[in-house]
Amino acid sequence: MKTILFIVQKEFRQIFRNKGMLPIIFVLPILQLVILSNAATFEIKNIKFSYVDHDKTSFSRALIEKFDASTYFNVVAEFPSKKEANDAMAKGKVDVILEIPRYFERDLLKQKKTDISVAINAIDGAAAGVENVYINQIVQDFNKKAIVALSSPSDMANAPKDIVTIPSFWYNKTLNYKTFMVPGILVLLVTMITLFLSGMNIVREKEIGTLEQMNVTPIKKYQFIIGKLFPFWILGFVLLTVGLTIAKVIFDVPIIGSLGLIYFYTAFYLLVVLGMGLFISNFTDTQQQAMFISWFFVVIFILMSGLFTPIESMPIWAQYVTEFNPVKYFVQVTRMVMLKGAHFNDILPQLTKTIIYALIMNGLAVWSYQKTT
Amino acid sequence: MKRFIGFIKKEFYHIFRDKRSLFILFGMPVAQILLFGFAITNEINNVDIAIFDKSNDATTQEIIQKISASKYFSIKQNITNEAEIETVFQKGNVLAVLVFEKDFKKNLTKDNTAKVHVITDATDPNTANSITNYISAIIGSYQKEINKNSTLEYQIDTKSRMVYNPELKSVFMFVPGVMTIILMLVSAMMTSISITREKELGTMEILLVSPLKPFQVIIGKVIPYIFLSIINAVVIVILSIFIFKMPVQGSLFLLALESVLFIITSLSLGILISTVSATQQTAMMISLMGLMLPTILLSGFIFPISSMPLPLQVISNIIPAKWFILILKGIMLKGVGLAFIWKETLILIGMTLFFIALSVKKYKIRLE
Repeated sequence: MKTILFIVQKEFRQIFRNKGMLPIIFVLPILQLVILSNAATFEIKNIKFSYVDHDKTSFSRALIEKFDASTYFNVVAEFPSKKEANDAMAKGKVDVILEIPRYFERDLLKQKKTDISVAINAIDGAAAGVENVYINQIVQDFNKKAIVALSSPSDMANAPKDIVTIPSFWYNKTLNYKTFMVPGILVLLVTMITLFLSGMNIVREKEIGTLEQMNVTPIKKYQFIIGKLFPFWILGFVLLTVGLTIAKVIFDVPIIGSLGLIYFYTAFYLLVVLGMGLFISNFTDTQQQAMFISWFFVVIFILMSGLFTPIESMPIWAQYVTEFNPVKYFVQVTRMVMLKGAHFNDILPQLTKTIIYALIMNGLAVWSYQKTT
Repeated sequence: MKRFIGFIKKEFYHIFRDKRSLFILFGMPVAQILLFGFAITNEINNVDIAIFDKSNDATTQEIIQKISASKYFSIKQNITNEAEIETVFQKGNVLAVLVFEKDFKKNLTKDNTAKVHVITDATDPNTANSITNYISAIIGSYQKEINKNSTLEYQIDTKSRMVYNPELKSVFMFVPGVMTIILMLVSAMMTSISITREKELGTMEILLVSPLKPFQVIIGKVIPYIFLSIINAVVIVILSIFIFKMPVQGSLFLLALESVLFIITSLSLGILISTVSATQQTAMMISLMGLMLPTILLSGFIFPISSMPLPLQVISNIIPAKWFILILKGIMLKGVGLAFIWKETLILIGMTLFFIALSVKKYKIRLE
């Protein structure tokens, strides 16, 4: 026990001695949590809207005014011809081009039918879909008012049928995506820091040559490993605590469920990450290799955790792959507990999987660590 | 010059000797682009929803038919009372519940209007929003269908054209982003670590007392990595063309030039990182912790920059990846030439010069 304490002490000293590292461990993640949580929204607004009005009548102007008045669209430009509008879209200056044909008003009044064409920059397919819905809503709304204004009362009897869809958003009425993102980004930062540090830790001693010195001491394998990992385990909790405080104080994220449950889960989760770091450390000779491998896994963990893009949208095989992603479980647990107030029983599947994962990872790590080189 | 070439040779030996790193260097980008190209999508696909049909008549049945026929939704269950809505959400079975009001058809025929409620689990607001939009779109098209027969006058028809990506494939959005992130991180990480490695192992001293000039040391360090990154870029482009069917509408030559430019930008960022950090650990943490999330989040890779709060939109300008993603989309999807992307190109060149100038200033010829 005493031996372990000494190693722990040594590790802590090494962490706090490295002045270049301290801000990276503590300030950088917090800064990122505060700033980046604001960035992660799929909400579509400020759409750069432009138009080509060949008609220039009171009707066409009224339609454009509708777009101007909408909160989704920013009317940024009017173009005299389609060609210039297309150029602007190629340059990325506009996202939507509305083209009102000549005789728009005349056709509508005389032939009782007319059409307009819309070009949408669809590189971001999902956004384009939403933009299309918004555009149609505005045009239909305009159309409805025009029909009422133009029709004689007798026509109104067979007015078009209207199905009204009323959306309601439960658990998050204002669609505040920050309450959704902050817990997730917090989880990522805790994972990244602990994985990178533990992954590089032993391999660093290997590279510098101090591991050999350790190996000739009477320290036992398990003592060494526990002593190495414990400081990072504590570090993980410190980061989590700071992050949760920020989530509550700055972002006012609701914490409906029990904080104790989150800490309880985190205790096991951190073991998975640390075991993984240790395992990587054992299998590599240089810090460079260790970092590349950790980096590879972290990018996969981040992008396949369901944090930024929903797991339900992934192809089935990819959904199976995410089963091996510990970050996914941590993200799910924090969201369930914090936002929906889930209880112990609700997170039991995630907890079980995490514990199994931890056992396997640490088993592999201890097994692969050899005192002889 | 001969000395310099000798030095570059040494660097290549270092790299090729380390088989494991080499394997990681080339294997990882391939594995990642394949995995992410397929898996990262924000399309709505087969979302499980529940139906609460208080009316249960021909019209609601038709609408339900329409919704279940679409590839976006699959109807998981029918529920019969209000209280159940809460339960299905709590259990996480479905993401949305559709509630049809009583006498739906009757209201529609008599008053010409009927109401349907779309209740979504908005703990994930982004998905909730998309679901709502997709459902309204389906109902909207159904509405158009039933109105066809009534004598409709004064109708304005909207013809939408999806430019650059008619099928709305999300691969088109994400492949340029994945490519950028891989190139950026690999290049910045590799150089920063290989320079600090010499510092940490003490061999930098030996290099400094050698007749090689400091800038030759740095350039010699970087050249092999330019070479490796170019191979990576080529592999990624080939994969995106043949596997993800990404078009290259513009000139391949321009694409190659711009990629080299971006690689150099990332490498010079790596040099800058290495000059400010003493150990490999610090260098790695800066290039990973400092670059990874900002590059993913602020580059427009996943989240549209125009929707972010204004201060973040301003900050996003200093992320090199943002500009390269714009360039890639421009050349590959829009098929534009340099005339349209000169601004982005100039910004990248400016950033590169800035990073290099700063590194030269910070570079210490002497050891402490």
